[in-house]
Amino acid sequence: MSAVLKIRSLNKSFGGIKATDDLTLSVEQGELHAIIGPNGAGKTTLISQLSGMQTPDSGAIRFRGRDITRMAAHKRAHLGITRSFQITSLIMQMSVLDNIALAVQAGEGHSFRFVRAARRVAALRDRAMALLERVGLADKADFPTVALSHGEHRHMEIAIALASNAELMLLDEPMAGLGTEESAQMVELLRGIKGQQSILLIEHDMDAVFALADRISVLVYGHIIATGTPGEIRSNEAVQHAYLGEE
Amino acid sequence: MTKMTRRGWITVIVMALLAVLPPVFYLTGHAFYLDLATRLSILGIATVSLNLVLGYGGMVSFGHAAFVGLGAYAVGIPAYHWLYYSTGDWAVSGLAQIPLAVGITALFALLTGLVCLRTRGVYFIMITMAFAQMVYYLIVSIEEYGGDDGLVIDTRSELPLINLDDPLHLYGLAYVSLVVAMLLVRMIVNSRFGMVLQGAKGNEERMITLGFNVYAYRLVAYVISGAMCGYAGALLGNFTTFISPEMMDWSRSGELMFMVILGGTATTIGPVLGAVVFIVIEEVLSSFTIYWHLPFGLMLMAVVLFARGGLTGLLSRTKGGKE
Ligand SMILES: Nc1ncnc2c1ncn2[C@@H]1O[C@H](COP(=O)(O)OP(=O)(O)O)[C@@H](O)[C@H]1O
Ligand SMILES: [Mg+2]
Repeated sequence: MSAVLKIRSLNKSFGGIKATDDLTLSVEQGELHAIIGPNGAGKTTLISQLSGMQTPDSGAIRFRGRDITRMAAHKRAHLGITRSFQITSLIMQMSVLDNIALAVQAGEGHSFRFVRAARRVAALRDRAMALLERVGLADKADFPTVALSHGEHRHMEIAIALASNAELMLLDEPMAGLGTEESAQMVELLRGIKGQQSILLIEHDMDAVFALADRISVLVYGHIIATGTPGEIRSNEAVQHAYLGEE
Repeated sequence: MTKMTRRGWITVIVMALLAVLPPVFYLTGHAFYLDLATRLSILGIATVSLNLVLGYGGMVSFGHAAFVGLGAYAVGIPAYHWLYYSTGDWAVSGLAQIPLAVGITALFALLTGLVCLRTRGVYFIMITMAFAQMVYYLIVSIEEYGGDDGLVIDTRSELPLINLDDPLHLYGLAYVSLVVAMLLVRMIVNSRFGMVLQGAKGNEERMITLGFNVYAYRLVAYVISGAMCGYAGALLGNFTTFISPEMMDWSRSGELMFMVILGGTATTIGPVLGAVVFIVIEEVLSSFTIYWHLPFGLMLMAVVLFARGGLTGLLSRTKGGKE
């Protein structure tokens, strides 16, 4: 196996808070690598540095062998990195289909195309519809995004992440705020995606993590204290002490 | 085709009235109304272009009057040189002046946009205003072109087939240009480019994460909008035949912005409706009293505060309350 993503000695501070502390981690090709850790451990900050919305203080991020530590966020998307947001980040004023179609459009390269109406481009619409079907939202395609429930928004986030066929998906707590049943649906959805793309999954829901992950890393105060298979993590004393024990 | 929406009907009716009424008034001896319609059509081109960045792009530009003013000076200055320095006849040709107006304003938009678009929110408002004021003071400082006294345009732009000295011709050009501007902006906002522009207004972070260089898309929209305003300025110079730095004062930019918001942002007809209502009410009130500014201001505030979506929103709502 070869690593798609390699993070070496990453550091990021906000004033006195070390949100990322000498963090080293890799995501293998086709792997679903989960990161667990208590609130404020620095999970979202890590994703933001990987997607380029924040710049690390030091350390290196390599994607498919290429150094992307300081690359602009929009360029990383074209390399094949996509992310979903912990706090739903959609274009609320637009329709559900428009949101997904924009994500599909992003994969075409540039969008300096001024003449043809985007909503008439069958290639965009069809692929967006197919994605909505995949996440079970096809019947809501023409709804304004703002009218959908939180759970449906979470599914839209996944559809958008899927749209680019990115090699690496960064998913920030896709189950955040979901009920038991909705979480179960999301686990099924992620299980379907797993294997086709490499996934770095941040999740609070332990059942989901242990059900889905190939490997798990435990993040505490910005530092990874253990990495291993679900079995190894479950029996790791340091982890039990630092994190699982609290549950 | 799908059934036309109420807003679609409003668009068609307003534009049809604008096509028919002013010439009829003119031909029946009421030249004043054609004058009014010419002015509001030209300002309509400016508000339609401002709407591209303000309404669809969410960029609150407080400096768009500078583009209009620059466009007017691109007509006035060559005409001045033709008159006093016997510059060649090209200098009064619309075929040279209009491309000059569009080119200069596009360049100005590009250079200022590169800087302005690095900022957000209130900083963007301030810096667009600052650049506009810079142009204002630049023109004021050039004695040759009249400084703050302004400049009379002796000769209107010469164009094939169209005689701009004929009020009907001038109106025809202004009206057709307005329709073209509306269709152009409509085409742009519905295109893939336009979807990116609107997406960035709704959620910038998401668009960047998707891979869009939001800055570049906004810059292109800003340049298109500036250039279209430059064109409106070239027409305005031909209409008023007198230009002065006052045209680019920040209060003028504010008026353009107000017209867009009054009529309804991010709609095809809104900016035009805003310009029509603004100009007509201003005209009516100022004929009653010299103290018209206060009631006018209050009326405008009322619409903006109480009619979400501006006049277009107000008119396209059915009794049930929803659009
Ligand atoms: N933009 C920021 N400015 C200041 N502090 C921040 C910022 N983002 C995150 N933090 C701090 O960094 C730490 C990690 O936050 P975060 O990455 O959101 O944690 P998690 O996602 O694991 O809950 C927290 O203490 C948080 O308060
Ligand atoms: Mg978080």
